Amino acid sequence: MAEELHRPDDEFVEQGEDLEKRSAAARLFDVRRVIGGLFVVYGVIVTLLGLFDSGTDLEKAQGVRINLWMGLSMLVLGGLFLLWQWWRPTRVPSAEELRSAGDRPAEH
Amino acid sequence: MYLFAAEGPGVRLDLDVFDYLILAIYFATVLGVGFAARRAISTSADFFLSGRSMPAWVTGLAFVSANLGALEIIGMAANGAQYGLMTLHYYWIGAVPAMVFLGIVMMPFYYGSKVRSVPEFLRLRFNRPTHLLNATIFAIAQVLIAGVNLYALALILDALLGWPLWASIVVGAAIVLTYITIGGLSSAIYNEVLQFFVIIAGLLPITIVGLVKVGGIDGLFDAVRDSRLGDAALHTWQGTAGSDNPLGANWIGIVFGLGFVLSFGYWTTNFAEVQRALSAKDMSAARRTPIIGAFPKLIIPIITVIPGLIAIVTVKGLGAKTGDLTYNNSIPLLMRDLLPNGVLGVAVTGLVASFMAGMAANVSGFNTVFTYDLWQSYVRKDRPDDYYLRVGRIATIAGIVISIGTAFIAAGYDNIMNYIQALFSLINAPLFATFIVGMFWKRMSAWAGFWSLLLGTLSSLTLYLLYLADVAKFNSDLEESFWGAGLAFGTAVVVAVVVTLFTRPKPESDLRGLVYGLAGGATSGEAVLAADRVWWRNPALLGAIAVVLAFLLYIPVW
Repeated sequence: MAEELHRPDDEFVEQGEDLEKRSAAARLFDVRRVIGGLFVVYGVIVTLLGLFDSGTDLEKAQGVRINLWMGLSMLVLGGLFLLWQWWRPTRVPSAEELRSAGDRPAEH
Repeated sequence: MYLFAAEGPGVRLDLDVFDYLILAIYFATVLGVGFAARRAISTSADFFLSGRSMPAWVTGLAFVSANLGALEIIGMAANGAQYGLMTLHYYWIGAVPAMVFLGIVMMPFYYGSKVRSVPEFLRLRFNRPTHLLNATIFAIAQVLIAGVNLYALALILDALLGWPLWASIVVGAAIVLTYITIGGLSSAIYNEVLQFFVIIAGLLPITIVGLVKVGGIDGLFDAVRDSRLGDAALHTWQGTAGSDNPLGANWIGIVFGLGFVLSFGYWTTNFAEVQRALSAKDMSAARRTPIIGAFPKLIIPIITVIPGLIAIVTVKGLGAKTGDLTYNNSIPLLMRDLLPNGVLGVAVTGLVASFMAGMAANVSGFNTVFTYDLWQSYVRKDRPDDYYLRVGRIATIAGIVISIGTAFIAAGYDNIMNYIQALFSLINAPLFATFIVGMFWKRMSAWAGFWSLLLGTLSSLTLYLLYLADVAKFNSDLEESFWGAGLAFGTAVVVAVVVTLFTRPKPESDLRGLVYGLAGGATSGEAVLAADRVWWRNPALLGAIAVVLAFLLYIPVW
């Protein structure tokens, strides 16, 4: 990219580009697993609470079984994230590939 | 600060062991993310920019989440209760167009020039004095705002759970400190994405149960019509020909003050936001970041403005000046009245999460600007990279410790929130003017950048101080901020033009990729409109859809 721009290279910016070659970002885990895991756990807790909601709880929530519904919804959301990750696992591209990807739009 | 200054058990929630379990699991997860992100850090670029490796949906949700602090949520619900549907302007005209503009027009300059921060762009486009001025203002502002976030977190935990202020401040600070110092920006961004879903899950039950209580959306609107707010609260644009509407602002003020100067200033130049996009893995992902964020922004009013309206019709006496029934307590009061244990725990977790993530956004912006833009640029230049990684970690700790200090200072003031928000939204307005002129007018000289930024900031600051001293009179804080932003913007543009006429322009070769029309690839008009390989990843198309949706959403509440 820098060659294309013909702007004298800025030392700091150039340094940043070098750093990308040494990046360990590819070792970053996938956030979908965390979201999925947390929501499955929350879903289970809240659904169970919802199954045993007392009369006062229901009255407070205007008769809506809100714990049950939210619990199940969170369970589904968490499940979808886990499913998505299982379906399309990330293969985080290397820094080399990242850079070529970064230049791509400029070529069109 | 009047916010949640409730004495006694007014909004105290009755949490049980399961609610605390939900909160504890969240804290453990947040810390776990921090520790797990550590192995992905080997350079300063990994720490400050996530190694530019994030996919667009992650940066997009983090982008909207960084703005979805609890102050924002509680404040917008309060505005909903106080002003009605005109609060929607903050979301639709006051955010979406600016986010789309950032993605389509400005991101090619930011991302394409490979800068590591917003101040760094100013250094390349203008000169070092401009850079130093902006970096310093930004760093100070971020620490102050982080302190206010921390103090507000402590206040809400005191009001809702009865935790002592100092304990909440120390615990909140310790958790944020741990996960950012260890996991850097990746950990901040991941936790922001997580927070986004937790907030939605936490607040949605309020809207659902609340709507059931008032008889659906029709029942709600009927009840609002009969309330103190009246029919005017159900319209967004009707009555804006003059200032005879709940917000007290006419359409010119809304469109230009809020929709243009304030909103574009905030969304396009605030590094705490832009940093999320800079961490994206490629140009296309960077450009889609704010645009992906615009879609949730369109519907967030469902969990803020609608609860505000529900509160005004269901909570008797809401709108008191002091005590438990202030507008700011709208969401806490509804939580108390409507949520059974279980979803209540999720709601409390959502609020706590949003405070911490709001603070984390400030802190991660601060440590980057401090390390790259202040320390590396002006203090110690030629050190190996691990040195700067270490400086970044120390800056994080120092920033958080100072923000604890400012949190205790904030405790000494009433209503400091309004002041700080007004102050910093005014700082963004001249910055936006300097940026926009500099990006589109290649003749603009380096010193024009410095003087326009300085005098623009000083002009709005002067007006603000005159307002505080009661010399300049405005109907509301809001009106003052509209005018202050307008003044700052106007001053910055005029100064930019005048100074440019008397100074030498930068050689064009220095401006490639930084100014419109002077680019190799990334910033030509063609590239700005360029598509990704598939249409659903085309920033211009996605952006257009977001703006059209914002327009359509206005129609039923005209």
